[in-house]
Amino acid sequence: MKIATWIVRAAGLGLTIVPACLHYGAGLGAGAMRHLMLAGAVLWFGAVLWGEGVRRR
Amino acid sequence: MAFEGLKHESMAEPCDISAAVSPVPGQAGGEFERQPVPATHWKGWRSFLGMYAGEHVAGTEFMIGSLFLAAGVSAFDLLVGLLIGNVLAVLSWALVCAPIATRARTTLYYQLERICGEWLVTAYNLANGILFCFLAGAMITVSATAVGVPLDLRMPGLSDWLPTGAAWVVTVAAVGAVFSLVAAKGYDAVARVANLSAPWMILVFLACGIVSLPRLGVDSLGDFWGVARDRIWPGTDPLPGQSKFTFWHVVFFAWFCNAAMHMGMADLSILRYARHWRQGFCSAAGMFVGHYMAWISASMLYAVQLARAGWDPSKPAPPVAPGPMAYDAVGVAGLICVILAGWTTANPTIYRAGLAFQAIRPGSSRFAVTLVAGGIATLGAIFPALVMRLLDFVGLYGTILMPMGAVVFVDFWLMPRLGMSSYYAEKAGLRINWAAGCAWVLALGVCALLNWQGGVQVFFLAGPGWLVTGVLYLAFSRWYQRPQPRGQRR
Repeated sequence: MKIATWIVRAAGLGLTIVPACLHYGAGLGAGAMRHLMLAGAVLWFGAVLWGEGVRRR
Repeated sequence: MAFEGLKHESMAEPCDISAAVSPVPGQAGGEFERQPVPATHWKGWRSFLGMYAGEHVAGTEFMIGSLFLAAGVSAFDLLVGLLIGNVLAVLSWALVCAPIATRARTTLYYQLERICGEWLVTAYNLANGILFCFLAGAMITVSATAVGVPLDLRMPGLSDWLPTGAAWVVTVAAVGAVFSLVAAKGYDAVARVANLSAPWMILVFLACGIVSLPRLGVDSLGDFWGVARDRIWPGTDPLPGQSKFTFWHVVFFAWFCNAAMHMGMADLSILRYARHWRQGFCSAAGMFVGHYMAWISASMLYAVQLARAGWDPSKPAPPVAPGPMAYDAVGVAGLICVILAGWTTANPTIYRAGLAFQAIRPGSSRFAVTLVAGGIATLGAIFPALVMRLLDFVGLYGTILMPMGAVVFVDFWLMPRLGMSSYYAEKAGLRINWAAGCAWVLALGVCALLNWQGGVQVFFLAGPGWLVTGVLYLAFSRWYQRPQPRGQRR
Protein backbone atom coordinates (compact mmCIF):
# COMPACT_ATOMS: atom_id res chain seq x y z
CA MET A 1 0.00 0.00 0.00
CA LYS A 2 2.78 2.40 0.96
CA ILE A 3 4.60 1.69 -2.30
CA ALA A 4 1.40 2.42 -4.22
CA THR A 5 1.12 5.86 -2.64
CA TRP A 6 4.72 6.60 -3.66
CA ILE A 7 3.99 5.52 -7.24
CA VAL A 8 0.99 7.87 -7.37
CA ARG A 9 3.07 10.67 -5.84
CA ALA A 10 5.73 10.16 -8.48
CA ALA A 11 3.04 10.26 -11.17
CA GLY A 12 1.76 13.52 -9.68
CA LEU A 13 5.20 15.07 -9.78
CA GLY A 14 5.72 13.79 -13.30
CA LEU A 15 2.47 15.34 -14.46
CA THR A 16 3.57 18.62 -12.88
CA ILE A 17 6.88 19.03 -14.65
CA VAL A 18 6.65 16.95 -17.85
CA PRO A 19 3.80 19.00 -19.45
CA ALA A 20 5.83 22.19 -18.89
CA CYS A 21 8.82 20.58 -20.61
CA LEU A 22 6.60 19.38 -23.47
CA HIS A 23 5.13 22.87 -23.79
CA TYR A 24 8.63 24.25 -24.23
CA GLY A 25 10.23 21.47 -26.22
CA ALA A 26 7.41 19.86 -28.20
CA GLY A 27 4.85 22.60 -28.57
CA LEU A 28 2.21 21.11 -26.27
CA GLY A 29 -0.65 23.60 -26.13
CA ALA A 30 -0.93 25.88 -23.11
CA GLY A 31 -4.45 24.67 -22.31
CA ALA A 32 -3.48 21.00 -22.35
CA MET A 33 -0.40 21.76 -20.27
CA ARG A 34 -2.47 23.53 -17.63
CA HIS A 35 -4.99 20.70 -17.41
CA LEU A 36 -2.26 18.11 -17.09
CA MET A 37 -0.52 20.13 -14.39
CA LEU A 38 -3.78 20.41 -12.48
CA ALA A 39 -4.19 16.64 -12.79
CA GLY A 40 -0.65 16.34 -11.40
CA ALA A 41 -1.63 18.48 -8.41
CA VAL A 42 -4.71 16.34 -7.79
CA LEU A 43 -2.64 13.15 -7.98
CA TRP A 44 0.10 14.50 -5.73
CA PHE A 45 -2.16 15.80 -2.99
CA GLY A 46 -4.49 12.82 -3.31
CA ALA A 47 -1.54 10.48 -2.81
CA VAL A 48 -0.28 12.61 0.07
CA LEU A 49 -3.63 12.33 1.85
CA TRP A 50 -3.78 8.63 1.04
CA GLY A 51 -0.26 8.17 2.39
CA GLU A 52 -1.16 10.04 5.55
CA GLY A 53 -4.11 7.70 6.03
CA VAL A 54 -1.88 4.67 5.49
CA ARG A 55 0.70 6.08 7.90
CA ARG A 56 -1.86 6.65 10.64
CA ARG A 57 -3.33 3.17 10.27
CA MET B 1 12.94 33.34 1.48
CA ALA B 2 12.48 31.40 4.58
CA PHE B 3 12.45 33.16 7.80
CA GLU B 4 10.08 30.93 9.64
CA GLY B 5 12.44 28.02 9.90
CA LEU B 6 9.67 25.63 10.78
CA LYS B 7 9.01 23.97 7.47
CA HIS B 8 10.90 20.82 6.86
CA GLU B 9 10.64 18.13 4.30
CA SER B 10 12.45 15.19 3.06
CA MET B 11 11.18 13.76 -0.17
CA ALA B 12 11.86 10.32 1.18
CA GLU B 13 10.64 10.76 4.69
CA PRO B 14 9.65 13.69 6.85
CA CYS B 15 12.24 14.72 9.36
CA ASP B 16 11.36 15.87 12.83
CA ILE B 17 14.01 18.49 13.38
CA SER B 18 11.76 21.51 13.30
CA ALA B 19 8.95 19.74 15.08
CA ALA B 20 11.32 19.44 17.98
CA VAL B 21 12.25 23.09 17.86
CA SER B 22 10.37 25.73 19.73
CA PRO B 23 11.34 29.26 18.80
CA VAL B 24 11.02 30.50 22.33
CA PRO B 25 12.42 28.87 25.44
CA GLY B 26 9.98 27.31 27.78
CA GLN B 27 7.23 26.92 25.21
CA ALA B 28 5.35 23.76 24.53
CA GLY B 29 6.46 21.84 21.52
CA GLY B 30 10.16 22.40 22.08
CA GLU B 31 12.63 19.62 22.86
CA PHE B 32 15.95 19.94 24.69
CA GLU B 33 15.37 23.65 25.18
CA ARG B 34 17.70 23.98 28.13
CA GLN B 35 20.06 21.09 27.56
CA PRO B 36 22.31 19.92 24.72
CA VAL B 37 20.68 17.62 22.18
CA PRO B 38 21.82 14.07 23.00
CA ALA B 39 23.54 11.96 20.33
CA THR B 40 20.49 9.70 20.09
CA HIS B 41 18.55 12.60 18.52
CA TRP B 42 21.12 13.75 15.98
CA LYS B 43 19.97 13.74 12.35
CA GLY B 44 21.63 12.82 9.07
CA TRP B 45 22.30 14.69 5.86
CA ARG B 46 19.03 13.69 4.20
CA SER B 47 16.93 15.32 6.91
CA PHE B 48 18.77 18.62 6.55
CA LEU B 49 18.78 18.57 2.76
CA GLY B 50 15.01 18.06 2.73
CA MET B 51 14.38 20.63 5.42
CA TYR B 52 16.40 23.38 3.75
CA ALA B 53 15.03 22.66 0.27
CA GLY B 54 11.44 22.87 1.53
CA GLU B 55 12.00 25.80 3.85
CA HIS B 56 13.23 28.15 1.15
CA VAL B 57 10.30 27.79 -1.22
CA ALA B 58 8.04 30.44 0.25
CA GLY B 59 5.39 32.74 -1.12
CA THR B 60 7.78 35.66 -0.94
CA GLU B 61 10.10 34.06 -3.54
CA PHE B 62 7.51 35.06 -6.16
CA MET B 63 7.86 38.69 -5.09
CA ILE B 64 11.62 38.81 -4.65
CA GLY B 65 12.40 37.39 -8.08
CA SER B 66 10.01 39.84 -9.72
CA LEU B 67 11.34 42.79 -7.73
CA PHE B 68 14.87 42.04 -8.95
CA LEU B 69 13.63 42.65 -12.46
CA ALA B 70 11.78 45.77 -11.33
CA ALA B 71 15.08 46.95 -9.81
CA GLY B 72 16.63 47.00 -13.27
CA VAL B 73 19.10 44.19 -12.72
CA SER B 74 21.15 42.91 -15.66
CA ALA B 75 21.41 39.24 -16.66
CA PHE B 76 25.04 38.84 -15.61
CA ASP B 77 24.48 40.66 -12.33
CA LEU B 78 21.50 38.48 -11.49
CA LEU B 79 22.75 35.06 -12.56
CA VAL B 80 26.33 35.44 -11.31
CA GLY B 81 25.50 37.70 -8.36
CA LEU B 82 22.96 35.21 -7.05
CA LEU B 83 25.45 32.40 -7.51
CA ILE B 84 28.13 34.16 -5.46
CA GLY B 85 25.71 35.51 -2.84
CA ASN B 86 24.18 32.09 -2.30
CA VAL B 87 27.60 30.45 -2.01
CA LEU B 88 28.51 33.04 0.65
CA ALA B 89 25.25 32.32 2.47
CA VAL B 90 25.96 28.57 2.44
CA LEU B 91 29.49 29.21 3.73
CA SER B 92 28.03 31.36 6.51
CA TRP B 93 25.74 28.54 7.56
CA ALA B 94 28.49 25.94 7.37
CA LEU B 95 31.44 27.86 8.77
CA VAL B 96 29.85 30.34 11.18
CA CYS B 97 26.61 28.86 12.49
CA ALA B 98 27.04 25.08 12.26
CA PRO B 99 30.35 24.78 14.17
CA ILE B 100 28.84 26.52 17.20
CA ALA B 101 25.57 24.61 16.83
CA THR B 102 27.28 21.22 16.83
CA ARG B 103 29.52 22.08 19.77
CA ALA B 104 27.04 23.82 22.07
CA ARG B 105 23.95 21.92 20.80
CA THR B 106 21.55 24.38 22.44
CA THR B 107 19.06 26.85 20.95
CA LEU B 108 19.93 30.45 20.13
CA TYR B 109 17.47 31.58 22.78
CA TYR B 110 19.09 29.55 25.53
CA GLN B 111 22.55 30.71 24.50
CA LEU B 112 21.39 34.32 24.42
CA GLU B 113 19.80 33.94 27.83
CA ARG B 114 23.07 32.62 29.24
CA ILE B 115 25.13 35.33 27.56
CA CYS B 116 22.83 38.33 27.67
CA GLY B 117 20.33 37.69 30.46
CA GLU B 118 16.58 37.29 30.25
CA TRP B 119 15.78 40.99 29.75
CA LEU B 120 17.85 41.24 26.60
CA VAL B 121 16.33 38.01 25.28
CA THR B 122 12.92 39.62 25.84
CA ALA B 123 14.00 42.65 23.78
CA TYR B 124 15.27 40.32 21.06
CA ASN B 125 11.97 38.45 21.14
CA LEU B 126 10.02 41.68 20.80
CA ALA B 127 12.07 42.77 17.78
CA ASN B 128 11.79 39.28 16.31
CA GLY B 129 8.02 39.11 16.91
CA ILE B 130 7.33 42.46 15.26
CA LEU B 131 9.50 41.63 12.25
CA PHE B 132 7.85 38.22 11.96
CA CYS B 133 4.43 39.92 11.88
CA PHE B 134 5.37 42.09 8.92
CA LEU B 135 7.01 39.19 7.15
CA ALA B 136 3.85 37.14 7.58
CA GLY B 137 1.96 40.16 6.26
CA ALA B 138 3.95 39.98 3.03
CA MET B 139 3.07 36.30 2.71
CA ILE B 140 -0.62 37.04 3.29
CA THR B 141 -0.49 39.64 0.51
CA VAL B 142 1.10 37.12 -1.86
CA SER B 143 -1.64 34.57 -1.17
CA ALA B 144 -4.33 37.25 -1.49
CA THR B 145 -3.19 37.99 -5.04
CA ALA B 146 -3.98 34.35 -5.90
CA VAL B 147 -7.34 34.39 -4.10
CA GLY B 148 -8.13 37.58 -5.99
CA VAL B 149 -7.74 36.00 -9.46
CA PRO B 150 -11.19 34.33 -9.60
CA LEU B 151 -12.64 37.46 -7.95
CA ASP B 152 -11.13 39.65 -10.68
CA LEU B 153 -9.58 41.81 -8.01
CA ARG B 154 -7.63 44.92 -9.02
CA MET B 155 -4.04 44.18 -8.05
CA PRO B 156 -1.80 46.85 -6.51
CA GLY B 157 0.89 48.34 -8.72
CA LEU B 158 4.56 48.77 -7.92
CA SER B 159 4.04 52.35 -6.78
CA ASP B 160 0.90 51.65 -4.73
CA TRP B 161 1.39 52.06 -1.01
CA LEU B 162 -2.30 52.13 -0.11
CA PRO B 163 -5.01 49.49 -0.71
CA THR B 164 -6.51 49.47 -4.20
CA GLY B 165 -10.06 49.47 -2.86
CA ALA B 166 -12.55 47.90 -0.50
CA ALA B 167 -12.44 44.57 -2.34
CA TRP B 168 -8.68 44.34 -1.77
CA VAL B 169 -9.08 45.13 1.94
CA VAL B 170 -11.84 42.53 2.37
CA THR B 171 -9.89 39.84 0.48
CA VAL B 172 -6.67 40.41 2.42
CA ALA B 173 -8.56 40.57 5.72
CA ALA B 174 -10.32 37.28 4.93
CA VAL B 175 -7.07 35.55 3.96
CA GLY B 176 -5.33 36.97 7.04
CA ALA B 177 -8.17 35.89 9.32
CA VAL B 178 -8.04 32.31 8.05
CA PHE B 179 -4.23 32.17 8.33
CA SER B 180 -4.30 33.64 11.84
CA LEU B 181 -7.00 31.29 13.09
CA VAL B 182 -5.16 28.24 11.77
CA ALA B 183 -1.91 29.51 13.28
CA ALA B 184 -3.62 30.07 16.62
CA LYS B 185 -4.73 26.44 16.60
CA GLY B 186 -1.07 25.36 16.50
CA TYR B 187 1.45 24.79 13.79
CA ASP B 188 1.86 21.03 13.74
CA ALA B 189 -0.76 20.35 11.07
CA VAL B 190 0.39 23.23 8.91
CA ALA B 191 4.02 22.17 9.23
CA ARG B 192 2.93 18.75 8.01
CA VAL B 193 1.10 20.27 5.01
CA ALA B 194 4.18 22.35 4.28
CA ASN B 195 6.36 19.25 4.37
CA LEU B 196 4.14 17.34 2.04
CA SER B 197 3.61 20.22 -0.40
CA ALA B 198 7.25 21.24 -0.77
CA PRO B 199 8.38 18.88 -3.56
CA TRP B 200 5.32 19.73 -5.64
CA MET B 201 5.76 23.47 -5.09
CA ILE B 202 9.42 23.30 -6.11
CA LEU B 203 8.40 21.70 -9.41
CA VAL B 204 5.68 24.30 -10.00
CA PHE B 205 8.28 27.06 -9.57
CA LEU B 206 10.50 25.25 -12.07
CA ALA B 207 7.57 24.77 -14.45
CA CYS B 208 6.81 28.52 -14.28
CA GLY B 209 10.34 29.23 -15.44
CA ILE B 210 10.26 26.66 -18.24
CA VAL B 211 6.88 27.85 -19.49
CA SER B 212 8.10 31.45 -19.55
CA LEU B 213 11.01 30.64 -21.87
CA PRO B 214 9.15 30.44 -25.21
CA ARG B 215 7.04 33.46 -24.31
CA LEU B 216 10.23 35.46 -23.91
CA GLY B 217 11.61 34.28 -27.23
CA VAL B 218 13.93 31.53 -25.99
CA ASP B 219 13.22 28.87 -28.61
CA SER B 220 16.33 26.82 -27.87
CA LEU B 221 18.69 26.74 -24.93
CA GLY B 222 21.37 28.27 -27.17
CA ASP B 223 19.22 31.41 -27.40
CA PHE B 224 18.99 31.80 -23.65
CA TRP B 225 21.97 34.01 -22.91
CA GLY B 226 21.32 36.43 -25.75
CA VAL B 227 17.64 36.81 -24.88
CA ALA B 228 18.39 37.00 -21.16
CA ARG B 229 20.94 39.78 -21.71
CA ASP B 230 18.95 41.81 -24.23
CA ARG B 231 15.31 41.23 -23.37
CA ILE B 232 14.71 39.61 -19.98
CA TRP B 233 17.23 41.41 -17.76
CA PRO B 234 18.60 44.27 -19.89
CA GLY B 235 19.87 46.16 -16.84
CA THR B 236 18.01 49.36 -17.61
CA ASP B 237 16.78 51.92 -15.09
CA PRO B 238 14.65 50.54 -12.27
CA LEU B 239 10.88 50.75 -12.48
CA PRO B 240 9.28 53.68 -10.62
CA GLY B 241 9.62 53.43 -6.85
CA GLN B 242 12.38 50.78 -6.89
CA SER B 243 16.09 51.06 -6.08
CA LYS B 244 18.59 50.25 -8.84
CA PHE B 245 20.22 46.85 -8.25
CA THR B 246 23.80 46.27 -9.35
CA PHE B 247 25.94 43.14 -9.13
CA TRP B 248 26.90 43.97 -5.55
CA HIS B 249 23.29 44.56 -4.53
CA VAL B 250 22.41 41.08 -5.77
CA VAL B 251 25.42 39.47 -4.06
CA PHE B 252 24.77 41.11 -0.70
CA PHE B 253 21.02 40.64 -0.87
CA ALA B 254 21.38 36.91 -1.58
CA TRP B 255 23.99 36.60 1.16
CA PHE B 256 22.18 38.57 3.85
CA CYS B 257 18.48 37.96 3.14
CA ASN B 258 18.65 35.07 5.62
CA ALA B 259 21.31 36.76 7.73
CA ALA B 260 19.24 36.34 10.88
CA MET B 261 19.38 32.59 10.31
CA HIS B 262 23.08 32.03 9.54
CA MET B 263 25.32 34.79 10.87
CA GLY B 264 22.50 35.84 13.20
CA MET B 265 22.59 32.27 14.56
CA ALA B 266 18.83 31.60 14.62
CA ASP B 267 19.58 28.26 12.95
CA LEU B 268 21.55 27.14 15.99
CA SER B 269 18.15 25.79 17.02
CA ILE B 270 18.05 23.62 13.88
CA LEU B 271 21.69 22.69 13.32
CA ARG B 272 22.16 21.55 16.93
CA TYR B 273 20.59 18.32 15.67
CA ALA B 274 23.33 17.84 13.05
CA ARG B 275 25.84 15.02 13.52
CA HIS B 276 28.66 17.14 12.12
CA TRP B 277 29.18 20.82 11.33
CA ARG B 278 29.61 19.92 7.66
CA GLN B 279 25.85 19.36 7.53
CA GLY B 280 25.61 23.15 7.45
CA PHE B 281 26.42 22.76 3.76
CA CYS B 282 22.94 21.23 3.34
CA SER B 283 21.69 24.84 3.27
CA ALA B 284 22.88 24.79 -0.35
CA ALA B 285 19.72 22.83 -1.17
CA GLY B 286 17.60 25.74 0.02
CA MET B 287 19.77 28.41 -1.55
CA PHE B 288 19.99 26.88 -5.00
CA VAL B 289 16.38 25.69 -5.15
CA GLY B 290 14.61 28.60 -3.46
CA HIS B 291 17.01 31.49 -3.83
CA TYR B 292 18.33 30.68 -7.28
CA MET B 293 15.92 28.63 -9.35
CA ALA B 294 12.74 30.03 -7.77
CA TRP B 295 13.89 33.65 -7.87
CA ILE B 296 14.97 33.36 -11.49
CA SER B 297 11.67 31.68 -12.41
CA ALA B 298 9.70 34.39 -10.65
CA SER B 299 11.75 37.05 -12.37
CA MET B 300 10.95 35.48 -15.75
CA LEU B 301 7.24 35.40 -14.89
CA TYR B 302 7.33 39.17 -14.43
CA ALA B 303 9.41 39.58 -17.58
CA VAL B 304 6.57 37.88 -19.48
CA GLN B 305 4.13 40.44 -18.04
CA LEU B 306 6.37 43.34 -19.06
CA ALA B 307 6.87 41.91 -22.56
CA ARG B 308 3.16 41.27 -23.01
CA ALA B 309 2.26 44.78 -21.88
CA GLY B 310 4.86 46.18 -24.31
CA TRP B 311 6.11 48.18 -21.37
CA ASP B 312 8.20 51.28 -21.85
CA PRO B 313 9.17 53.95 -19.32
CA SER B 314 6.31 56.21 -20.43
CA LYS B 315 3.72 53.69 -19.21
CA PRO B 316 2.90 52.50 -15.70
CA ALA B 317 4.51 49.12 -15.01
CA PRO B 318 2.23 46.08 -14.78
CA PRO B 319 1.52 44.98 -11.21
CA VAL B 320 3.86 42.51 -9.52
CA ALA B 321 1.07 40.14 -8.53
CA PRO B 322 2.21 36.54 -8.01
CA GLY B 323 -1.30 35.08 -8.31
CA PRO B 324 -2.14 36.38 -11.78
CA MET B 325 1.43 35.79 -12.99
CA ALA B 326 1.46 32.14 -11.91
CA TYR B 327 -2.08 31.62 -13.25
CA ASP B 328 -1.07 33.07 -16.57
CA ALA B 329 1.90 30.69 -16.76
CA VAL B 330 0.59 27.36 -15.50
CA GLY B 331 -3.10 27.82 -14.71
CA VAL B 332 -4.91 26.68 -11.59
CA ALA B 333 -1.85 24.70 -10.41
CA GLY B 334 -0.01 28.00 -10.22
CA LEU B 335 -2.77 29.57 -8.12
CA ILE B 336 -2.71 26.62 -5.73
CA CYS B 337 1.07 26.92 -5.49
CA VAL B 338 0.94 30.65 -4.68
CA ILE B 339 -1.73 30.16 -2.02
CA LEU B 340 0.08 27.20 -0.48
CA ALA B 341 3.50 28.86 -0.62
CA GLY B 342 2.08 31.88 1.19
CA TRP B 343 -0.04 29.90 3.62
CA THR B 344 2.53 27.32 4.67
CA THR B 345 5.08 30.00 5.42
CA ALA B 346 2.78 32.67 6.87
CA ASN B 347 1.28 30.27 9.37
CA PRO B 348 4.42 29.26 11.23
CA THR B 349 5.64 32.84 11.00
CA ILE B 350 2.50 34.11 12.73
CA TYR B 351 2.77 31.27 15.22
CA ARG B 352 6.37 32.15 16.04
CA ALA B 353 5.49 35.84 16.36
CA GLY B 354 2.78 34.83 18.82
CA LEU B 355 5.23 32.74 20.82
CA ALA B 356 7.72 35.58 20.87
CA PHE B 357 5.06 37.93 22.24
CA GLN B 358 3.90 35.32 24.72
CA ALA B 359 7.43 35.00 26.06
CA ILE B 360 7.26 38.68 26.96
CA ARG B 361 4.02 38.13 28.92
CA PRO B 362 4.22 34.46 29.93
CA GLY B 363 0.77 34.39 31.56
CA SER B 364 -1.08 35.39 28.38
CA SER B 365 -3.07 32.93 26.28
CA ARG B 366 -1.13 31.60 23.29
CA PHE B 367 -4.32 31.53 21.23
CA ALA B 368 -4.98 35.21 21.96
CA VAL B 369 -1.44 36.45 21.34
CA THR B 370 -1.25 34.49 18.09
CA LEU B 371 -4.47 36.15 16.96
CA VAL B 372 -3.01 39.53 17.89
CA ALA B 373 0.14 38.71 15.89
CA GLY B 374 -2.05 37.60 12.98
CA GLY B 375 -4.05 40.82 13.27
CA ILE B 376 -0.88 42.93 13.05
CA ALA B 377 0.29 40.84 10.07
CA THR B 378 -3.06 41.26 8.33
CA LEU B 379 -3.05 44.99 8.96
CA GLY B 380 0.39 45.20 7.38
CA ALA B 381 -0.74 43.02 4.48
CA ILE B 382 -3.55 45.40 3.58
CA PHE B 383 -0.95 47.99 2.59
CA PRO B 384 0.83 46.91 -0.61
CA ALA B 385 3.83 49.04 0.35
CA LEU B 386 4.98 46.11 2.48
CA VAL B 387 5.46 43.73 -0.45
CA MET B 388 6.44 46.34 -2.99
CA ARG B 389 9.33 47.34 -0.70
CA LEU B 390 10.01 43.74 0.33
CA LEU B 391 13.68 43.88 -0.69
CA ASP B 392 14.27 46.80 1.68
CA PHE B 393 12.30 45.10 4.45
CA VAL B 394 14.35 41.92 4.14
CA GLY B 395 17.55 43.97 4.36
CA LEU B 396 16.23 45.70 7.48
CA TYR B 397 15.24 42.37 9.02
CA GLY B 398 18.77 41.01 8.71
CA THR B 399 20.36 44.24 9.91
CA ILE B 400 18.30 44.32 13.11
CA LEU B 401 18.64 40.66 14.13
CA MET B 402 22.03 39.63 12.79
CA PRO B 403 24.14 41.52 15.37
CA MET B 404 23.07 39.15 18.14
CA GLY B 405 24.79 36.40 16.16
CA ALA B 406 28.04 38.35 16.50
CA VAL B 407 27.56 38.36 20.27
CA VAL B 408 27.15 34.58 20.27
CA PHE B 409 30.15 34.14 17.93
CA VAL B 410 32.46 36.33 20.01
CA ASP B 411 31.25 34.84 23.27
CA PHE B 412 31.79 31.29 22.04
CA TRP B 413 35.13 31.60 20.25
CA LEU B 414 36.96 34.69 21.45
CA MET B 415 36.04 35.41 25.07
CA PRO B 416 37.75 32.35 26.61
CA ARG B 417 40.86 32.92 24.47
CA LEU B 418 41.08 36.52 25.66
CA GLY B 419 40.72 35.60 29.32
CA MET B 420 37.09 36.65 29.66
CA SER B 421 34.05 34.68 30.75
CA SER B 422 31.61 33.19 28.28
CA TYR B 423 27.96 33.04 29.31
CA TYR B 424 28.61 35.96 31.60
CA ALA B 425 24.99 36.75 32.49
CA GLU B 426 24.51 33.21 33.77
CA LYS B 427 27.77 33.16 35.71
CA ALA B 428 27.28 36.60 37.26
CA GLY B 429 23.54 36.13 37.81
CA LEU B 430 22.66 39.16 35.67
CA ARG B 431 19.23 39.80 34.19
CA ILE B 432 20.86 41.90 31.49
CA ASN B 433 24.41 41.91 30.17
CA TRP B 434 24.89 45.56 29.36
CA ALA B 435 27.99 44.85 27.29
CA ALA B 436 25.89 42.84 24.82
CA GLY B 437 22.90 45.18 24.99
CA CYS B 438 24.95 48.33 24.38
CA ALA B 439 26.90 46.62 21.58
CA TRP B 440 23.64 45.69 19.81
CA VAL B 441 22.06 49.15 20.17
CA LEU B 442 25.21 51.05 19.24
CA ALA B 443 25.81 48.84 16.21
CA LEU B 444 22.26 49.54 15.04
CA GLY B 445 22.99 53.24 15.61
CA VAL B 446 26.11 52.98 13.44
CA CYS B 447 24.05 51.24 10.74
CA ALA B 448 21.39 53.97 10.91
CA LEU B 449 24.10 56.60 10.63
CA LEU B 450 25.69 54.85 7.66
CA ASN B 451 22.26 54.74 6.02
CA TRP B 452 21.13 58.29 6.72
CA GLN B 453 24.41 60.17 6.56
CA GLY B 454 26.59 57.92 4.45
CA GLY B 455 23.93 56.88 1.97
CA VAL B 456 24.77 53.18 2.43
CA GLN B 457 21.71 51.20 1.38
CA VAL B 458 20.07 48.80 3.79
CA PHE B 459 21.17 45.75 1.74
CA PHE B 460 24.80 46.37 2.73
CA LEU B 461 24.36 47.14 6.43
CA ALA B 462 24.08 43.69 7.99
CA GLY B 463 27.78 42.85 7.53
CA PRO B 464 29.14 46.07 9.07
CA GLY B 465 26.53 45.79 11.83
CA TRP B 466 27.72 42.27 12.66
CA LEU B 467 31.38 43.29 12.77
CA VAL B 468 30.75 46.44 14.83
CA THR B 469 28.66 44.47 17.33
CA GLY B 470 31.40 41.86 17.74
CA VAL B 471 34.14 44.45 18.29
CA LEU B 472 32.01 46.53 20.67
CA TYR B 473 30.94 43.47 22.64
CA LEU B 474 34.56 42.47 23.14
CA ALA B 475 35.58 45.98 24.15
CA PHE B 476 32.66 46.52 26.49
CA SER B 477 33.09 43.07 28.05
CA ARG B 478 36.75 43.81 28.80
CA TRP B 479 35.55 46.68 30.96
CA TYR B 480 32.30 45.11 32.17
CA GLN B 481 33.82 41.88 33.39
CA ARG B 482 36.33 43.58 35.68
CA PRO B 483 35.93 42.32 39.25
CA GLN B 484 33.41 44.50 41.11
CA PRO B 485 31.60 44.15 44.42
CA ARG B 486 28.77 41.64 44.16
CA GLY B 487 25.35 43.03 43.46
CA GLN B 488 26.61 46.32 42.05
CA ARG B 489 25.58 45.49 38.48
CA ARG B 490 22.33 43.68 39.15
